[in-house]
Amino acid sequence: MQKFTTLSGIVAPMDRANVDTDAIIPKQYLKSIKRSGFGPNLFDAWRYLDQGEPGMDHSRRPLNRDFVLNQPRYAGASILLARANFGCGSSREHAPWALLDYGFQAIIAPSYADIFFNNCMKNGLLPVILDESRVQRLFEQTIAQEGYRLNIDLGRQSVTTPSGETMHFDIDPFRKHCLINGLDDIGLTLEHVDDIRAYETRRRQEAPWLFR
Amino acid sequence: MSGKTLYDKLWEGHVVRSNPDGTTLIYIDRHLVHEVTSPQAFEGLKLAGRKLWRADANLATADHNVPTTGRSAGIADPVARLQVETLDRNCTQFGIVEFGMNDPRQGIVHVIGPEQGATLPGMTVVCGDSHTSTHGAFGALAFGVGTSEVEHVLATQCLLMTKSKNMRVRVDGRIPAGVTAKDVILAVIGRIGTAGGTGYAIEFAGSAIGSLSMEGRMTVCNMAIEAGARAGLIAVDDRTIDYLRGRPYAPAPQLWDQAQAAWRRLYSDEDALFDREVQIDAAAIAPQVTWGTSPEMVVGVDGRVPDPEREKDATRRESMRRALEYMGLAPGTAIGDITIDKVFIGSCTNSRIEDLRAAAAVVKGRRVARTIRLAMVVPGSGPVKAQAESEGLDKVFAAAGFEWREPGCSMCLAMNADRLEPGERCASTSNRNFEGRQGSGGRTHLVSPAMAAAAGIAGRFVDVRSWN
Ligand code: SF4
Repeated sequence: MQKFTTLSGIVAPMDRANVDTDAIIPKQYLKSIKRSGFGPNLFDAWRYLDQGEPGMDHSRRPLNRDFVLNQPRYAGASILLARANFGCGSSREHAPWALLDYGFQAIIAPSYADIFFNNCMKNGLLPVILDESRVQRLFEQTIAQEGYRLNIDLGRQSVTTPSGETMHFDIDPFRKHCLINGLDDIGLTLEHVDDIRAYETRRRQEAPWLFR
Repeated sequence: MSGKTLYDKLWEGHVVRSNPDGTTLIYIDRHLVHEVTSPQAFEGLKLAGRKLWRADANLATADHNVPTTGRSAGIADPVARLQVETLDRNCTQFGIVEFGMNDPRQGIVHVIGPEQGATLPGMTVVCGDSHTSTHGAFGALAFGVGTSEVEHVLATQCLLMTKSKNMRVRVDGRIPAGVTAKDVILAVIGRIGTAGGTGYAIEFAGSAIGSLSMEGRMTVCNMAIEAGARAGLIAVDDRTIDYLRGRPYAPAPQLWDQAQAAWRRLYSDEDALFDREVQIDAAAIAPQVTWGTSPEMVVGVDGRVPDPEREKDATRRESMRRALEYMGLAPGTAIGDITIDKVFIGSCTNSRIEDLRAAAAVVKGRRVARTIRLAMVVPGSGPVKAQAESEGLDKVFAAAGFEWREPGCSMCLAMNADRLEPGERCASTSNRNFEGRQGSGGRTHLVSPAMAAAAGIAGRFVDVRSWN
């Protein structure tokens, strides 16, 4: 997994609540058997004016100029500012893959859907949680000031604004450790092979019908 | 000390190891696999040179991408075909049982698990699909995972988790005639919102839930994720056990009594404490119709499309405005005045035999309205299809002008050829009315099978309670 330590980047505001993973990456692109290449289709239905299909040359498609990510001032953004319940709906991990492939490395929102939140963590995409009023303030500042950037320091668990205001965020210590060190969960779990085998032996006795 | 909830019992029964950092390694009894979310996981496993931990815990099927007509010709779309073939190849290579596209047992992953008895009480069940919550209807801890976790389960048979909080939604009283499990769960989501269950496992309880068939309970748990909860749960009772008896993957006869005794302990203790409780009166629930682009945007069929200007919260007001614009609806429109173009009866929410019977009863001896461009019925699995055909339901649908298709996800998410065209409006028995879900620009109204069927006949939404 990609490591995450600190990030300083341009912020793009996605001003809608309940953005679902179908919107983040529409189903027609889920036919791919790869993990990469989803960036051009991030928010596909909002971003382009035509109907997208896999295999198109997406760089030639007509852009929806009103869509926030198409505005030149947000070019190169690496922090997505979002509203409550971001990433709800489908479990598709293609959503964080698409966000990362586009160039986002962190999201800031008041809340996330559970599966999406987990999927981000497994891919080194940091989902920062700040309360509604702070997020609201960040929206106002981002919109007011072109080129608005934030600094995120995972080690310190802080988000710092250009004026020097620092906001603390909470994160599960285990997840933080994995992100900072780029650790792969599977490798960690396989350190406990004996525990898994012991459990299986017990379970086989208690519930033999679960084993064929 | 207070008692334990059903969720607590299931959780504690699967702890392999509690880590000092607060995470827990949880054992997974059943892993269901489908073509869309597994290829990258199998690839990851191979790239890391890791082995599959336990082949017999896995069961696979192709459902999202498969065509619902002309199966013998194979899949025309080369990208979809490659994905389905990749699943076939991975299952062969790793020795996983797969119900391939032309297997008579093939179907939507959440329909076939219970149907085969591969979902059992007391299990942990996962799948790379958010509607895995469906299986919680059997007193199993079932939840959707992403592809990295699919790989984690393939490699270790475990997941690294933190425990959710406990919520109980009690639905008490008599469910009125014409009101179904689908209406119950839509009403619950309307009440608590699409993020109301975030961070919780929701147990559905109360006399109304107890009165539901297993099919109805699956419909309720299926949409727990639409309330934000990864897992929905219902305690085991006689109905659960009767449903499972004799199914292909159910315990062998010599183990049946032992299994049954264990399953009967799967309920929340009288004195168990929940972090949140919600009470709903079943008698007050009307058939539900969604009007917006989130399942929480729902009203009774006798209601009207709400007016965003009356909403005080700015973010919600903006969401409502956007939804109405996308849906092409004006505030104040009576639900009964909304006309539709297509009808979709299917999906892991409502494609089981009971759903098809309910829809058939409504359309019997009638014809779809002339304004309807397409009305389709997509059974959830091969066995559901066969059962329906043996009861003559296919003929009832065909005579009414409904197309009778092969099993799969179909127009629930429109990854195959079944979809809405921009601007088309659909009465759908599926679970998500998100923008573009059933086809780019398509407008989805979520309803029960009986309501979808009646809308197809009338060409607009009608109240099935007054249908005769
Ligand atoms: S029927 Fe729809 S919701 Fe269910 S698994 Fe298939 S795509 Fe997902």
